[in-house]
Amino acid sequence: MEYGLDLEYSFNEFLKGFGLSSEIAHIIWLPLPMLLVLVAAVVGVLVTVWLERKISAAAQQRIGPEYAGALGVLQPIADGLKLLVKEDIIPAKADGILFTAGPILVLVPVILSWLIVPFGQNLLISNVGIGIFLWIALSSIQPIGLLMSGYASNNKYSLLGGLRAAAQSISYEIPLALSVLAIVLMTNSLSTIDIVNQQSGAGILSWNIWRQPVGFIVFWICALAECERLPFDLPEAEEELVAGYQTEYAGMKFALFYLGSYINLILSALLVSILYLGGWGFPIPVELIAKFLNLPINAPFIQVFTASIGIIMTVLKAYLLVFIAILLRWTTPRVRIDQLLDLGWKFLLPISLANLLVTAGLKLAFPQFFGG
Amino acid sequence: MSIAITTQFICFTVLSLVILIGALGVVLLESIVYSAFLLGGVFMSVAGLYLLLNASFVAAAQVLVYVGAVNVLIIFAIMLVNKKEDLKPINDIKSRRIISTSICLTLLSLLIRVDLTNIWSLSSPQNSIGEDSTIRIGEHLFSDYLLPFEVASVLLLMAMIGAIVLARRDVMNKDISTGLPVDQELIEKSSEPLLTNKN
Repeated sequence: MEYGLDLEYSFNEFLKGFGLSSEIAHIIWLPLPMLLVLVAAVVGVLVTVWLERKISAAAQQRIGPEYAGALGVLQPIADGLKLLVKEDIIPAKADGILFTAGPILVLVPVILSWLIVPFGQNLLISNVGIGIFLWIALSSIQPIGLLMSGYASNNKYSLLGGLRAAAQSISYEIPLALSVLAIVLMTNSLSTIDIVNQQSGAGILSWNIWRQPVGFIVFWICALAECERLPFDLPEAEEELVAGYQTEYAGMKFALFYLGSYINLILSALLVSILYLGGWGFPIPVELIAKFLNLPINAPFIQVFTASIGIIMTVLKAYLLVFIAILLRWTTPRVRIDQLLDLGWKFLLPISLANLLVTAGLKLAFPQFFGG
Repeated sequence: MSIAITTQFICFTVLSLVILIGALGVVLLESIVYSAFLLGGVFMSVAGLYLLLNASFVAAAQVLVYVGAVNVLIIFAIMLVNKKEDLKPINDIKSRRIISTSICLTLLSLLIRVDLTNIWSLSSPQNSIGEDSTIRIGEHLFSDYLLPFEVASVLLLMAMIGAIVLARRDVMNKDISTGLPVDQELIEKSSEPLLTNKN
């Protein structure tokens, strides 16, 4: 399976051509994919915000943003600029240090998690061995930032929102991790690359969604809850808590929360597509197309074609899921806090445990279909 | 010195400084909330040290368990029970401080002695397993360390049942250990609306 573009290798070879040592070439290479992914994440947020505005408008039979650019595509940039130039307020009785550190602690783990999102065989920042586990570990840091900003705001709504957010993300992390564990069991690896490669045998038929339908649904519900999207947006329920832990925030610090929640949504959608929908895989295996066109799989043209198809497929699948999330947000009512905790602890947790057991059993009974 | 070693050295220095200063802050700061958040920072830096030692699984587990669970629970507890309490002045504080300082210094000298006498370097650096450590940890947990692993889970179960019993005392009218009726004054009744019977 070791084919596909290796941009790092080519880039390093290119720099070595100028007489640089391989270490210097590596150091010049290092920031490039990070910057690229950061830019991709921010552009992804802009697109998602525009989609959210347009789809919510359609759901409510409005037009939505229209005048800023064609179809209002520049509206999210206007929103961002507005937040950028707004006054940065720290309430007089708030705790300045924690108030500032809170949003940062919420945003940084989310961005760090992009480390493991692959857009192709070699198109990711780092193929770390612990892969998906890194994301689970990093997403557990977020509640601390939420609690911190909730506490530092010195406001009862903020504190309640922070506590709710932390309780919610702790209780939904467990079924989330368990459904990931079922996937890992089938792959025999934690690496996201291996997880996608394991699904690439027969195109759409070998995607994990057919082998893990229960896990897929549990993971998607939990991912929505972790992102605090609407059926589960209790931490910032407007009618009860003003805006939860964000109540006292304005300007750039509020923008950090905003950015964090949207980057997290895109990240979750990407991870669902990687874990269950075949990642960068095309519904028909690329090898078959190459064979049909009588081209060798290692030809440069085919490699560029495969890489671009991979990126397009990953983004397409992710945005399909983002679309579903947006549609859910504007068409479903919010659950109550007791319903939320009941769903998490009494329904999703047992069901994901049973899913894990069934997966382990199927893996031993049918090793050819469920990864030996 | 190559670039990789320099980077490693800088990371190690920064992490150790954060651990030392953070740990001192946890003990010395007056505000318990700051102490709790600093504790989270110390846990994170320890995870960073594990990463420097190529133990990425242990680092991620450290973040997940200590930062994501233990520290969040500590902060939760502090925020739910945030009582402003003036501590009583302690008599003969001077002699207490002298005794505790001497005990701590003795312990420190013992640890320094351990550090200087023990040989820490691995016999053969080729034996380091790096990315395979996840598999090795799993194998050990399910073979020779199975019993400690299971006993730890039983311990956690006991702690959980204990917490439920303590939290839901209103379910039981009698105290389990003494058999006497439970003092209902101690129980916070959240189900009762707060704004009634206030006039």
